[in-house]
Amino acid sequence: MKKKHGTTQAPAAVNSHQHLRDLLYQMLRIRRFEDKCAELYSDMKIRGFLHLYNGEEAVAVGVMQALNPEDAIVATYREHGQALARGIPMNTIMAEMFGKQEGCCRGRGGSMHLFDKEHRFYGGNAIVGGGLPLAVGLALADKKLDRKRLTCCFLGDGAMAEGEFHESMNLAALWQVPVLFVCENNQYAMGTALKYSHAVTNLVQKAASYGIDHAAVDGMDVLAVEEVAQKAATAIRETGKPFFLECTTYRFRAHSMFDAELYREKAEVEQWKQRCPIATLTQQLKEQEKISDADLEAMEQLIHQEINHAIAFAEAGTWEPVEELTRFVYSEPSI
Amino acid sequence: MNYGIDTSTDNSPLMIRTTYREAVRDAIRESILKDDRVFLMGEDVGRYGGAFGVTKGLLQELGPDKIMDTPLCESGFTGAGIGAALGGMRPIVEVMTVNFSLLAADQILNTAATYLHMSGGLFNIPLVIRMGTGGGKQLAAQHSHSLEGWYAHIPGIKVLTPAVLEDARGMLWSALEDPDPVLIFENTLLYNMEGELPATAGAVDIDRACIRRVGRDVTLISYSASLFKALEATETLAQEGIEAEVIDLRVLRPLDETTFLNSVAKTHRAVIIDEGWRSGSISAEISARIMEKAFYDLDAPVERICAAEVPIPYANHLEQAALPQPTTIVNTVRRMVTRHG
Repeated sequence: MKKKHGTTQAPAAVNSHQHLRDLLYQMLRIRRFEDKCAELYSDMKIRGFLHLYNGEEAVAVGVMQALNPEDAIVATYREHGQALARGIPMNTIMAEMFGKQEGCCRGRGGSMHLFDKEHRFYGGNAIVGGGLPLAVGLALADKKLDRKRLTCCFLGDGAMAEGEFHESMNLAALWQVPVLFVCENNQYAMGTALKYSHAVTNLVQKAASYGIDHAAVDGMDVLAVEEVAQKAATAIRETGKPFFLECTTYRFRAHSMFDAELYREKAEVEQWKQRCPIATLTQQLKEQEKISDADLEAMEQLIHQEINHAIAFAEAGTWEPVEELTRFVYSEPSI
Repeated sequence: MNYGIDTSTDNSPLMIRTTYREAVRDAIRESILKDDRVFLMGEDVGRYGGAFGVTKGLLQELGPDKIMDTPLCESGFTGAGIGAALGGMRPIVEVMTVNFSLLAADQILNTAATYLHMSGGLFNIPLVIRMGTGGGKQLAAQHSHSLEGWYAHIPGIKVLTPAVLEDARGMLWSALEDPDPVLIFENTLLYNMEGELPATAGAVDIDRACIRRVGRDVTLISYSASLFKALEATETLAQEGIEAEVIDLRVLRPLDETTFLNSVAKTHRAVIIDEGWRSGSISAEISARIMEKAFYDLDAPVERICAAEVPIPYANHLEQAALPQPTTIVNTVRRMVTRHG
């Protein structure tokens, strides 16, 4: 796989040409992957629930810059972007969505349940808020075993209305465990706007009420996300304490492929699309003459090829024999 | 309560007098001392000493890193247990009673039980969850239910129901050695039960049911506190010449059906005694399996003695009427044997 598109950037990434281009590349890679997934869904190659990440790319890509390979990630059900940015091979992600045994979970997880041991990627959780206590536990184990690493837990604004959010905030602060909570505030819990689901819409205030250090950032600006995530991660590594980061963002597509989007105006969506993190960074780089049209075209080509390879890989994949259905309900002695 | 069951496997004369409560406590202490990855967390397990006194003194002995008091957040700390297990620890999570475990049911069912399968075998969860269960202490509905049968419905977890001292002492370590999530249900009426255990008592198997009394006329299938009601009934039945075989299921998932099917093939009659509600219960599952696999061995329809289909009431006479009783077992068996005998 293309290792340079993985997660491991040098800490305190400099705003070098190469780094900025790499951020753009990673966001573009997610965007194109997601658009292709939508097509594949219409072609009935991908089934079930499919939640796309378009518009939110700056969050996953920005945050991942602050993480080390030994850190853990607990993701949501809208996690393709998080998985790709973390460096899980696109082939195995695509094969998973096709339901093939070459997929990262042998076709048992699908779009909402991507897992990868090598990249310490702990799902893909389709229970809103369900991953939060798990992240606290992973960090607790690190604290007990005196391992200097952190757990990054993605959550949505919807999850912050769940009891598990509050239980997890309390535990993380009480036990002082190294978790970076990253709220992807895309302002809708499925189809219910923030103001209809939260009595207090200032989300960092909720973390503050548990005594947790916090910051809010424009989630459409990858550089801003990266900068604040680096600071948060550094603080966590130094103190061992949790940190809450709110990234204000927006999803350009519907909640899932079944969603008719009756709950928001088209004008609102269009307005947010003007703030597209990919277009913004591209514009910025062009103005600074850090990227040319030819560079962009080369990027698109490379991504196009990778996606085509991933589809070919998934197409060529095999269906796990039905005789294997009951494997992995319990551990096998050999594991 | 002892009912004269000989559970010793050691011929050594060195036996120690103990209670079920102390046996569980010894098991927790031993596990923590034996494996550095093991720790206990739960509500009031430390400074309070455990709601049922099980963990009394362990905090002072082992320290707050090993015996962790948690806030009242069953979902949060059960989920943290899952995360800690994924992070390389071997947590024992204590949920005070099964009634409260419903607040953690999402973590138990949607995460712990599904994780290995959803991840295609990548991530197993070596977690043990202990909780109290059962009625009979006039604690009313929200503290008296027996929901272990519900949990036995779920693939991906194992469900243990230690009844005798040997299992109270031995099941925990076996559960901790298991790579998958294991739930241990301790009937709170058993904590005061006294008896003798070999000083060397340790791990037991967590795969098989066992026969606690050998008989020829009827098979009584039970587990946990109901086992002792079944055994009590056999004393009366024996005086009437009816010899009942008594099975202690020990493990509700995966269910060891071989032991009870073999017994039914011998006795030709089966009564299931279950403190859970009849509808959709573990007793329904056992009855169905007997019907599917031992129908032609039967001389009488399978009978079930379960809790009445009501929330368990507070008033003593109502509560006792709601729970399975030895007299009901005696009457049921007598009727089965005389009608079809």
